[in-house]
Amino acid sequence: MTSILFALPEITVALAAMALLLIGAFRGDKAGGLVTSAAVVSLLAAAALVALGRESGVALYGMFAVDDYRRFVKVMLLIAAAGSLVLAPVFFGGQKSGLKPEYPVLVMLATLGMMLMISAHDWIALYVALELQNLGLYVLTAFQREEKRSSEAGLKYFMLSAFSSAIMLFGLSLLYGFAGGTGFDVMAHTLAQGQAMPIGLVVGLVFVMAGFALKVSAAPFHMWTPDVYEGAPLPVTAFLAAAPKIAALALLAVVLGVPLIAAASVWQPVLMALAVASMALGSFAGLLQKNIKRLMAYSAIANVGTMLVGLAALDPVAGGMSVEGLQGVLIYLAVYFVATLGVFGVVAGLRQGEALVESVDDLAGLSQAHPWLSLVLAAMLFSLAGVPPLAGFFGKYFVLLAAVKAGLWPLALIGVLASVVAAGYYLRIVKIMYFDKGSGSVLTSPRSYAHNCGLALATLFVVLFVLWPSPVIEGAHQAVERLLVP
Amino acid sequence: MSMTTIIDSAVVFLPLLGAALAGGVALCNPQNTVTPAQAGVPFSFKLNWIPAFAGMTKEKRDVFAGLLTSLLMLIAAALAVFIFVDVAFGEGGARTHVLAPWFAMGGVKANWALRFDTLTAIMVMVVTGISAMVHLYAVTYMKGDKGVVRFMAYLSLFTFFMLMLVSADNLLQMFFGWEGVGLCSYLLIGYWYEKPAASCAGMKAFWVNRIGDFGFLLGIFGCYQLFGSLDFDVIFKNAPQVVGQTYVMGDRSCCALTAVCLLLFVGAMGKSAQLGLHVWLPDAMEGPTPVSALIHAATMVTAGVFMVARLSPLFEYAPAALAVIAIVGAVTAVVAASIGLTQFDIKRVIAYSTMSQLGTMFFAAGVSAYGASIFHLATHAFFKALLFLAAGSVIHAMSGEQDMRKMGGLWRKMPVTYALMWIGSLALAGIGIEGVFGFAGFYSKDMILEAAYAHGSWYGRVAYGLGLMAAFMTAFYSWRLIVLTFHGAARYDKHTAAHVHESSWWLLGPLVPLALGAVFAGFVGHDWFASAPDGAFWRGALVALHGHEGAVVPEVAKLAPLALALLGMGLSGWLYARRPDIPAVMAVRLGALYRLVFNKYYFDEVYERLFVRPLPKLGAFFWHKGDEAVIDRFGPDGVSAVAQGLGARARCWQTGYAFHYAFVMALALAAMVAWAMVRVW
Repeated sequence: MTSILFALPEITVALAAMALLLIGAFRGDKAGGLVTSAAVVSLLAAAALVALGRESGVALYGMFAVDDYRRFVKVMLLIAAAGSLVLAPVFFGGQKSGLKPEYPVLVMLATLGMMLMISAHDWIALYVALELQNLGLYVLTAFQREEKRSSEAGLKYFMLSAFSSAIMLFGLSLLYGFAGGTGFDVMAHTLAQGQAMPIGLVVGLVFVMAGFALKVSAAPFHMWTPDVYEGAPLPVTAFLAAAPKIAALALLAVVLGVPLIAAASVWQPVLMALAVASMALGSFAGLLQKNIKRLMAYSAIANVGTMLVGLAALDPVAGGMSVEGLQGVLIYLAVYFVATLGVFGVVAGLRQGEALVESVDDLAGLSQAHPWLSLVLAAMLFSLAGVPPLAGFFGKYFVLLAAVKAGLWPLALIGVLASVVAAGYYLRIVKIMYFDKGSGSVLTSPRSYAHNCGLALATLFVVLFVLWPSPVIEGAHQAVERLLVP
Repeated sequence: MSMTTIIDSAVVFLPLLGAALAGGVALCNPQNTVTPAQAGVPFSFKLNWIPAFAGMTKEKRDVFAGLLTSLLMLIAAALAVFIFVDVAFGEGGARTHVLAPWFAMGGVKANWALRFDTLTAIMVMVVTGISAMVHLYAVTYMKGDKGVVRFMAYLSLFTFFMLMLVSADNLLQMFFGWEGVGLCSYLLIGYWYEKPAASCAGMKAFWVNRIGDFGFLLGIFGCYQLFGSLDFDVIFKNAPQVVGQTYVMGDRSCCALTAVCLLLFVGAMGKSAQLGLHVWLPDAMEGPTPVSALIHAATMVTAGVFMVARLSPLFEYAPAALAVIAIVGAVTAVVAASIGLTQFDIKRVIAYSTMSQLGTMFFAAGVSAYGASIFHLATHAFFKALLFLAAGSVIHAMSGEQDMRKMGGLWRKMPVTYALMWIGSLALAGIGIEGVFGFAGFYSKDMILEAAYAHGSWYGRVAYGLGLMAAFMTAFYSWRLIVLTFHGAARYDKHTAAHVHESSWWLLGPLVPLALGAVFAGFVGHDWFASAPDGAFWRGALVALHGHEGAVVPEVAKLAPLALALLGMGLSGWLYARRPDIPAVMAVRLGALYRLVFNKYYFDEVYERLFVRPLPKLGAFFWHKGDEAVIDRFGPDGVSAVAQGLGARARCWQTGYAFHYAFVMALALAAMVAWAMVRVW
């Protein structure tokens, strides 16, 4: 395989984005629906292309790596991106501005940035890809620019993200100074020499992790998350909650597990601190939230905290990153993004009169008005709460089991306690929609067929995961083993 | 994927496909019909954009779904016959298809797999065959009911779970099917959920089965503990090695294998309604008649018998457990038959007859005659389905009346049903001439009784004696049913009389294959089933350590069952047709004894006193005193107050100002660098 073909899925997404942009430019705003459908199809086609790939290697002058791990994560990412796009027509259709063709194109470009992030094999590639996805996300967050909340969220996100990018870039330059090259291989090689760790490396490493912490919204770098989730249009929130989390966490795992594995003594304690802070904050602060999007922001923080526990687990024998821990993280990501998209998918379709449904209390009486929808929402929430036999349970199970095996049982204990507390806010929604009386105003739910299909698929995945979990579990295992075990 | 894999999987999954398709149709909301809530589905799902569904009326939709599920079941049944021939006689032989890994967690690994050996092939053939006839019957029988499509979906799902159960190759998948069967029985018994009696019967079936399932589950745990695996192959291979192991509790110890087998048998008792856990079976009559036929003949109650036969390589090494099985089975056979003598509800008589016949199958298994046990299971499936569906035909004609005291003289009006009922009863009573021809039950019941006699053990003889009593009573209540229902003066009112009619051939048609089975199944099959477990037919699907070949059974012992059956038949015919005054007088004369039997030995009343009433009181105690006063007060309520306080504290930080956020980030960065440095140096 010639090296450019390694990037075939990325090239496909990039070309499709350009072509759709042209269609949008020529046909104007009325092409929004068409472009969105085409974008979903091309993202899924790219996912198929990724899944069909078999060969592994490094391409594009050492910048771009492809292997089973990257493929697994990219398939998740592309499905998540396509899933969040499916919500868009229903949501924007009810807005004054309507669905503009730029929207799906921007989502595709941000997704492209994330795909490149996942495949990064070099600090420069990593940074450029990160900025590409950031640019897309800033614009998407402020997409309803005539709305005050949306533009405020976009600006806030831009400022804080730029701040963290600067920190990260500074950290990367310190790492470069230590290793004398920008490639991951150089880094690993230099670290493996086994000399004492200079202070510059420690500072650089922590700076890079701080940059990642903002991307995955780990506490205490989480503060943008509730505001941005709340302010952004709902499909963008869904996209933000699913896709960048997948890309950034997967990339963080690669960075820490492969080039920086010899510096585990530096990053492991930092990671543990971030994990504990995120789990504690995400689960407690979510309890009092009234807004569904803010609540999901805290849910994201708590869940990311649990996933960081999986990354912090080191193999007690070999000393590298624990295969089971990272496998658990991948499983967790898969079940988490589906359930999160499912929750947003249900909420995206709901209207109270003309107004959007954003408050948890608005869901009162949903079970009478839309029993089918509330069933879906209940399944998603129970999965997020980690109730067996739904899919969410297995994510937590594998991550926490790996942590216990790696000797991190205090973290596992905190993880269990945090998920008990967090279950409080998930189940409160279930209680409100099944047991509280509605205010009397009618909840309507206009949905497209694609929207319904997406919800049905997500529900089937969450509910039936227990019957046939092996594609995800075995797939994740194989992917991680190829990455971590040389 | 080879051809056999495809065919074998098709048999198991076609019913599931039927259930899914019918379920899909049930969810769609055709025009001019009831609302989703009335149809029993919680939501509506418009499929009107599919051209075929647009404008379909409810009647058409019902027939469509019914015929669709029936057709799939018929295909499955045809394939099942093909598989049976291949597995039992052909080149194919036993085989296991691993379809997909299910999960591997810790040491427990389980696959989705289909294990087809002679035992499974017989069960699959019986289950799909009976089920196909019941499906066809139900299309007409249930016509006009408002949830027909849902009903057909449940029937197919029921069959699927039973097939899953019989084709499992590990205990876990078997348990999956086992629980699924329990679920579907609950759904179907309580199908008319607006009727409180039906709803209660559904719950009762579920609860009683939970007790049995708990035993089964403990048995599965025990198997895993003993063998380190749940796969049948591993368990069967290692069964001889664990014979000596014991469980020690304090200063007592017991044989581990016996304990495990007894626990598994508790599960079988629940599903197969053996004495003690049988109370759900008569109440299950609250379900529509096709459900009764399916539960009693093919799915559900035969699961326990099948399980013991499937695990025969395990039970064979636990002789004490086998003795218990034989005694429980034999006592059940007699007790149930005696209750059957006194009941007046036509379906209840047949229900107690099932329980009695299941007891017979269990004592056959208890004396290691697994082949005979399965043989009786198969023949019984034919004539019991026939009897139920014929009874359904009577009930249908009587506009829903089930009390035999309000029937009588029906034979002129419904001759076909009458004839079918005779055939079923002759097969049930086991009438036949040795060496010439007999109805199905003749061969299987005689095989069981002879095996019990020939077993040589004390419990074998006890079982034989009790079995003879049961045979007599079986013949007696069968002809009591026929005479009360079809002969004598008509005891129904004029209003009903206007409607009494022979059922249509749509209803009677499916009974014909069943009747053929009831007549010929025994004659055709008895040589196969009687063959040695490791011989040409069974091919090692069963294991029996001690053959009965050497034992000589005297002619008297062989002829006794037939003689008693004829006696019971004649006596009952004479009493109820010629001297109907005598049974009434006897009921009064016997007084307390009659009341004891008529009230089903007061099992329900005793359970009510012992369990049903005290348990809520105990629950209320734990609820108010334990949960509310102690745990809630100091636990959730206290902790959640603290948690909410913490949440409020965290919210204060979320000011909304970007520079605050940036400041926190900068502080955190400094803290992280410091923390990393402390940890490194």
